[in-house]
Amino acid sequence: MFGLNKKDRSFLLIVIALTLLTPILLQPFPAGSELAQFNGGYPDLMQKIAIFGIFAVGFNILFGLTGYLSFGHAAFLGIGSYAAVWMMKLLTMNVIPAIMLAMVVSGLFAAAIGYVSLRRSGIYFSILTLAFAQMSYKMAYSVLTPLTNGETGLQLALDDPRILDGAAEGSSLPVTNIFGLAMNSSYKLEALGRVFTFNVGYYFCAFIAILAFYVAIRLFRSPFGMMLRAVKSNQQRMTYTGLDPKPYTLAAFVISGMYAGLAGGLLAAMDPLAGADRMLWTASGEVVIMTILGGAGTLMGPVLGAGVIKYLENIFSKINEGVLHGWFSFLPDGVEDVVIWIFARFTGEGWHLTLGVTFMLVVTFLPGGLIEGLRRLSKRIKHGSQKRDKYDDPDPEHRPDPGKRVAGE
Amino acid sequence: METILLQLLNGLDKGSAYALIALGLTLIFGTLGVVNFAHGAIFMIGAFCAVTLSKLLNLSFETIDPDKVDFLGNPAKIKTPYVEAWFGPEFGHALIDWSVPLAILFSIPIMIVVGFAMERGLIKHFYKRPHADQILVTFGLAIVLQEIIKYFYGANPISTPAPDAFKGSFDFGAMLGFDPNLIIYPYWRLIYFGFAAVVIGAVFSFLQFTTFGMVVRAGMADRETVGLLGINIDRRFTIMFGLASAVAGVAGVMYAPILSPNYHMGMDFLVLCFVVVVVGGMGSLPGAVAAGFLLGILESFSSMNAVKSVLPGIDQIIIYVVAIVILLTRPRGLMGKKGVMEE
Repeated sequence: MFGLNKKDRSFLLIVIALTLLTPILLQPFPAGSELAQFNGGYPDLMQKIAIFGIFAVGFNILFGLTGYLSFGHAAFLGIGSYAAVWMMKLLTMNVIPAIMLAMVVSGLFAAAIGYVSLRRSGIYFSILTLAFAQMSYKMAYSVLTPLTNGETGLQLALDDPRILDGAAEGSSLPVTNIFGLAMNSSYKLEALGRVFTFNVGYYFCAFIAILAFYVAIRLFRSPFGMMLRAVKSNQQRMTYTGLDPKPYTLAAFVISGMYAGLAGGLLAAMDPLAGADRMLWTASGEVVIMTILGGAGTLMGPVLGAGVIKYLENIFSKINEGVLHGWFSFLPDGVEDVVIWIFARFTGEGWHLTLGVTFMLVVTFLPGGLIEGLRRLSKRIKHGSQKRDKYDDPDPEHRPDPGKRVAGE
Repeated sequence: METILLQLLNGLDKGSAYALIALGLTLIFGTLGVVNFAHGAIFMIGAFCAVTLSKLLNLSFETIDPDKVDFLGNPAKIKTPYVEAWFGPEFGHALIDWSVPLAILFSIPIMIVVGFAMERGLIKHFYKRPHADQILVTFGLAIVLQEIIKYFYGANPISTPAPDAFKGSFDFGAMLGFDPNLIIYPYWRLIYFGFAAVVIGAVFSFLQFTTFGMVVRAGMADRETVGLLGINIDRRFTIMFGLASAVAGVAGVMYAPILSPNYHMGMDFLVLCFVVVVVGGMGSLPGAVAAGFLLGILESFSSMNAVKSVLPGIDQIIIYVVAIVILLTRPRGLMGKKGVMEE
C-alpha cells in the first residue's frame, strides 16, 4: 500500500493518526483548571504547527539530505504568501488555486536562485542564499511596493475583482474557503470537561501536511534520495563514478523551495495577508533551528522541531510573573522571589532567550537533535546503561561524516 | 563632482565599520577556522559598553535647593552627578562629555574577557565539528547575548552623543575651493574613519612586525608544523580571538554616536559583514578591509538620486548584487587564497 515498506507504512499511519487527533491530544487539561493555559488545542496554534511542519520538512529535504545549509529559505515562504494573496484578490477566495500558484511561483524563484547559488558550496552557498533572501526582503519594501504593498503588507480589499466569486456581498471582507466551506469555521465539542475545537482550516492544513509528509517519505526512500545523500557524503566520489551532482542538488533545492511556497500559501490561506517580514533572515534562521532541534536528516525530526518550537513559543510567551507567583507560592518568600526572577527571564518576553539557550545546548550535546535524544533514551532503556559502542550505531546515515576538518587540536 | 565627493565621504564611515567587523571575522576564521555568527553581537556589546559608561558617569544624587521652587511650588531638586561632586564640576562635566572616547579604554578589557570566555567556554569544542555546526551554535549564542542586552537595556535605541567638541560638521567644500556648505561632513564620522584606519594599521603591524604576530601568521599557514616546533599555538590563537573581539568592540563603541545602540544592531551588521568577508575572500585580511570600504562606498553611491532614478531601489540591494556577481565570477572573492574553505 502507498508504495512503502511495512515499517514506513505503520510509521505513516501513526503520523496520520497523530495529526488527525491533534485537537484532542493538545487539549489534555480540563478547562478552567490551573493547567488549562498549557492547552495548545486552539486553531491558530495547530495551524501554525502543521504549516511550519511542512516548511521544515521541505527544508530538511535540502539540508538534511544534501547538507547544503540555506540561510534564505524564508524568501520562498514570503513569495508563496504574496502569490497566494494575489490569487485571492484576483480570482477567487477558494484556497486551492491560491496554494497552487504559491507553489508554482516559489518553485520558479527557487529554480532561478538555486541555479545561481548552487554553483558554490559550503559557507559560500549559505551567504549566497542569504544575500538573495535579503534582496527579496529589501525589494519587497522598496521597488516592488506596487506588488507587495510595502510595509502595510498585502491585504484583501473590498474592490478586488475576484473574477470567479463575483461582486463582494455586503461590506465585510470575504473569508477564505474551500468550495464554500469557510476556513475559520470550527466545530466545538464539549466532552470530559474539556472543549475540543475541530477547525476546518486546521484539518485542511493537516491533510496537506500528511500529503507533504508522504511525498517526503517516498523521496527519502527513492533512488533520488540516495543520490542526494551521496552529494552530502562525498561529492568528489560521486563525480568520479560519472554522476553529475548539480541536477540532483538543484532538484532538491526546487522541491524544498516549493515546500516553503506551499507553507507560505497555507499561511495566507489561514489569514489572507502577506508581509515582507516573513522573508527576513531571522525567519530563515527559525526554520533552520526547527530542523536542527528536531533532527536534520530524519523524517520525523523537522516536524517534531516545528511542533515543539511553535507550541513552546505560544505557551512560554503567556507565562508572566503572575502565573509564576501562583506556582511557586509554596516556597519561602526570599527563595520564591529568586526563583520567580530566574524563571521570568526565560518566559514571557524572554522566550527568545530560552530558544537560544536550548538551541545551543542541542547543537553542542545532541547534534542529531531531539530524535537522536529519543533514540539514545530508548536504547538505554533496552540495553540498560552499558557503555555505548560507537560502531554499534543503528542508523549510520543519520550520523554522517562530520565533513572536512579544519583546525585540528 | 561635489555630490560624488560627498558620497565618497559618506561611504567611508559605514565602510570603516564594515571593515573593522570584517577584519575581526577574518582574523577568527583565519586563525581558528571558525565561522563566528556571534561577532555582530560582540560589536553590539561594544556599543553598549559606551552606553553603560555614559550611564555610570551620569549616576547622580539629588539635593534640595531651598532657594528655588519648581512649578508645583515644592522645593526644587537638583541632580548632581557623583563625578562632578568628586572631581569638581568642570572636570566632572568633561568626563561625562567624553564618555564615548573614554569607553574605548573601558571596553577593551571587557571585550577581551568576553572573547576569551567565548573561545574557551564554547567555541573551543567546535573546532572539529563541521562549519554548519559552528554557524549554528554561534547563531544560538548571538540570540542569547542579544536577549541578555535586551533585558538590561530595553528594546529601544539609546542615544549616546559624541563629545561636544565634535558636534559640528567639517566643511570640505570650502577647503577644496567649492561653494561652502556643499560638502559638509560631521566631525565624528571623520574621527571614526581616522580611528578605523589607526586600528586597522595597528592590527596589521602587530601581525607583521612582532614576533607574536609572526608566529600567528605561521600558525595560520600551517598550524601543525608550528605546533611541532614546540609553540603553544592554541594559546596564541585564543589571544587572537580576544583581540578580534576587542577590535569589534571598539568599533561598536565608536559607532554608538552615529547609530543609537539597540539590541539588534549586531545582527543587522553581521549579515552585511559576512557578505563583506566573502566578497573580500575568506581568510584574507587585506581583502576584508578592502571589501568593507568598497561596499560601504558603493552603498552610498547607489543612494544618489541620479543613480536611483535610473535603477529604483538599487541602494537597498547593491551590496547583495555585488556579492552575487563577485562570488560567481571570482569564486574565492577579491583576494581569497587558494585552499581556504574549499571542499
